[in-house]
Amino acid sequence: MVGAGVIALLYAVVRLGQSMAVNFTPGRTPVAISTDIADVPYYAARSLLRMFLALGLSTAFALVYGTAAARLRRAEKVLVPILDILQSIPILVFLPIALTFFITLFPDNLLGLELAAIFVIFTSQAWNMTFSFYHSLISQPTELDEAARMYRLTKWQRFWKLDVPSSMIGLVWNMMMSMGGGWFFLTAAEAVTVFVKGHGLAESLPGMGSYMAAAVAHGSYVQVSIAIVVMVVLVVGTNFFFFRPLVAWSDKFRLESSESADKPRSIVLDLLRRSSVPRLAGRVSRPVGRMLDRATRPFGLAEYPLRTDPRRRHLGDVLFWGAIVGAAATVAVIGLAYLNAHLGFDRFPGLIGFGLATFARVVVLIVLATLLWVPVGVKIGMSPRLARYAQPIVQVLASFPAILLFPFATLVFIDLGIPLDYGAIVLMMLGAQWYILFNVIAGASSIPNDLREMMVSMRLTRGQRWRKVILPAVFPAYVTGGITAAGGAWNASIVAELVSWHHHTLDAYGLGNYIATASAQGKFALLIAGGIVMSAFVVIVNRLFWRRLYRVAERRFTL
Amino acid sequence: MTTHADPDEGTSGDPATIIEVSHVTKSFVSPDGSPLPVLDDISLDLREGEIVALLGRSGSGKSTLLRCIAGLIAPTDGTISYRGQALNGANPGVAMVFQSFALLPWLTVQQNVELGLEALGVEGDERRRRAERAIDAIGLDGFESAYPKELSGGMRQRVGFARALVVEPDALLMDEPFSALDVLTAQNLRAELLRLWREKGFPTKAMLIVTHNIEEAVILADRIFVLGANPGRIRTVIECTFPQPRDRHDDTFQALVDQIYGLMTGRDTRPPAHIWTVATPGEGSPTDTPLPQASVGGMSGLLEILVAHGGREDLPKLAHDLTFEVDDLLPLVDAAQLLGLADVDDADLEITDEGRIFVAADILESKQIFALEARERAPLVRAIYKALETTKDGNLGEGFFLDLLRRGFSEDEARQQLKIAVDWGRYGELFDFDGNTGQFTLDHRHDPVPT
Repeated sequence: MVGAGVIALLYAVVRLGQSMAVNFTPGRTPVAISTDIADVPYYAARSLLRMFLALGLSTAFALVYGTAAARLRRAEKVLVPILDILQSIPILVFLPIALTFFITLFPDNLLGLELAAIFVIFTSQAWNMTFSFYHSLISQPTELDEAARMYRLTKWQRFWKLDVPSSMIGLVWNMMMSMGGGWFFLTAAEAVTVFVKGHGLAESLPGMGSYMAAAVAHGSYVQVSIAIVVMVVLVVGTNFFFFRPLVAWSDKFRLESSESADKPRSIVLDLLRRSSVPRLAGRVSRPVGRMLDRATRPFGLAEYPLRTDPRRRHLGDVLFWGAIVGAAATVAVIGLAYLNAHLGFDRFPGLIGFGLATFARVVVLIVLATLLWVPVGVKIGMSPRLARYAQPIVQVLASFPAILLFPFATLVFIDLGIPLDYGAIVLMMLGAQWYILFNVIAGASSIPNDLREMMVSMRLTRGQRWRKVILPAVFPAYVTGGITAAGGAWNASIVAELVSWHHHTLDAYGLGNYIATASAQGKFALLIAGGIVMSAFVVIVNRLFWRRLYRVAERRFTL
Repeated sequence: MTTHADPDEGTSGDPATIIEVSHVTKSFVSPDGSPLPVLDDISLDLREGEIVALLGRSGSGKSTLLRCIAGLIAPTDGTISYRGQALNGANPGVAMVFQSFALLPWLTVQQNVELGLEALGVEGDERRRRAERAIDAIGLDGFESAYPKELSGGMRQRVGFARALVVEPDALLMDEPFSALDVLTAQNLRAELLRLWREKGFPTKAMLIVTHNIEEAVILADRIFVLGANPGRIRTVIECTFPQPRDRHDDTFQALVDQIYGLMTGRDTRPPAHIWTVATPGEGSPTDTPLPQASVGGMSGLLEILVAHGGREDLPKLAHDLTFEVDDLLPLVDAAQLLGLADVDDADLEITDEGRIFVAADILESKQIFALEARERAPLVRAIYKALETTKDGNLGEGFFLDLLRRGFSEDEARQQLKIAVDWGRYGELFDFDGNTGQFTLDHRHDPVPT
């Protein structure tokens, strides 16, 4: 029965895949997004497929890039900083750039749009997965590394027997986080309509994001509500049918030598394990594995010579760094010349003004979210029963693309006459706040029982409990939540500082608005400049503020 | 049983020589760029039919030496060859058993054992058969489908042995294979290994074990290389010729253990290795006389027991009574020696007059005695105290002392040294240390040192 389900799933994926490459020839009517409820399942399936394709792509990228960064001595020094930069670029800046690139690649086909959307989701998922894999590789236990070399595993064997399994838990956890964040960018990428050059048609991809956009354009509450409900189902369903089983399965890759007390469980995984699927899969994959094992033998052992000729090594270094510096300088010169020609550097101070406005919003929302959610999170986290129910709900809230709620919020703003300059704070907070709540719950629930009993037996007052025990204990988790929330808020500003409902459009003064406008008008120079300034803000605040808090948290408040 | 101090016997070209190590030195680079020697001019060989033990305290570089022999790290100087071939990569003729087992937790016992065969390209039925044979031989039958985390430490190490032996290595290398196990389990597994070794048709021709356990070395080995510390060098080679199985209550056995104890606590005649002895006040510098890894409480406890034993006791007996490993006991002995509270004489630990006063004193007095001795005889403590005295406000950052220590220690060791000094300084109320700011402060609350 489970087997039949798997086959049906495969069939559906293939059919959906075929519809990705629909031609649109000039002169014909565009693929209109209907707001018919009967089309919703199809749109949902398309969105889901996009998400999983992006996730697959991100995983492959993480494995390849992470391995290169961890195993190649010279490449590491370049690949890691690049990843660091990529991570700080607001995702939505990639969207118009990707669109232009892929539509030029496939001019008469929706595939270009499709690929652009997948690429944007990919950019929202790949970096943290790659970092996680890279960190697992470089912090691999020495004795396992030694055992792998001692027993003369081939490169291929080492990758699948040691590298991937020992990184699995971190990778799966980051996949889940990435997927959660990805829904937001999926909706944003789908909602974009592209003005196709030459034939004046607006195109958008069939999916939940575009369905939502169409519903908003029509000003239909019912359809907006349907979109929200379907989205919740998608998020919860993905968690239940995909990530829970994956997390439960990956628990066997835990490196600690003792078994964890509460093992993650999944009904779906139990069902799968009892079915004939594992046996069938084994029968198919074993010969393939053997073949690959043999085919990859010529690549050699996972070993390196103990001695290398220092002169050759030095020469290699010189050539490598020469090439890197040359390439970086060329890119920098071209980029600066481009920006100067299309924009002029005198525009940057103005951009910083925009940036400060958005920065102020981020600060206010972090403070608000902290005041609101730290007490709630502590309450929930300190009660094991509450925490058990609340944790998955908050996780769904964090994954839910807040963009879908923007229309309602916009309506409220319009009705009450609240300018978006303030309203945008609420919009940005809708998505970002959950990270703080989620992490504070986790932090509070990990306060050891001894400490809780101590608070009671020492008769600490309420104030003392908070100051001496609770706040220090949840501090590290709070910092993790805060940094994620701030990052999410910056990203959200691009869609939150310029919103519309039916025929109304609201806008706020800020860098997000600037980037959104540049993106809608296809002005690349403005877009890149805005992206650079926003990245700079994110990096500077991380370095000067969050990273310091991290260090304090690590040194003083780690339980 | 003969003892001779010349390990440098050239046996190259001898077909019975499996591994030859000649004039190997290994240095790591200290944080300030100068080389930190870990191994100094080591030469040894491993011949067919023998078990060799590398015996040394922590800091003797014995694990580093083993990893050089395994071809996992490159020596700075000198060569290591396997059957006449100089190594440039993992040694093709050996398998290794690890202290921490190094099993892959996501593979079953069977899959873990098959790992080495898989790497050799052995496939299908043959792989399964050979793995099963190794599993049976080491007494693991029935556990084939278990995961390592379901097994006890002893059973896990059996998997480690099965995994190593299944590839039928020419030589078996063992890195403290029994030290993570409890005493009984270790004893049992050792006997099991010796049984396999004596069996006809056992494909492995030699074994090399790294250990800090003197009795273990004497039970197993045909030759024992005793390594001195900082940097590691061969101090003595001891040939144990008396027959297997060896009885630890045997007089010859005990005499040999005593002799090695004496060697491992005594003074190394060759400079610049430093072994702790009663330090002359005011002598030694923080980099050439490191503080032993001992807590004040542990050291006081040892001295109290020593007094209870009448002030003089055989070190092996002390270790046995306390069920201490050498690595647990010797740092305490070192600390007592450094502070002049006890002295080692021919594998006996004897309390000094100061030591008696220290033990008899009440808590405040004993703190004062400790402070006085530490300030005079423990170079790093003295250096910190003196430096703080010369400052106007009695304040100094840890960076100052770390820089000093980095000249002679790796980053981790430097921090470790500072940690011990902080512990000792706090106990003696000589100075205080703020972990948040990394500031040392002279302790002015009251001057405990009679001046």
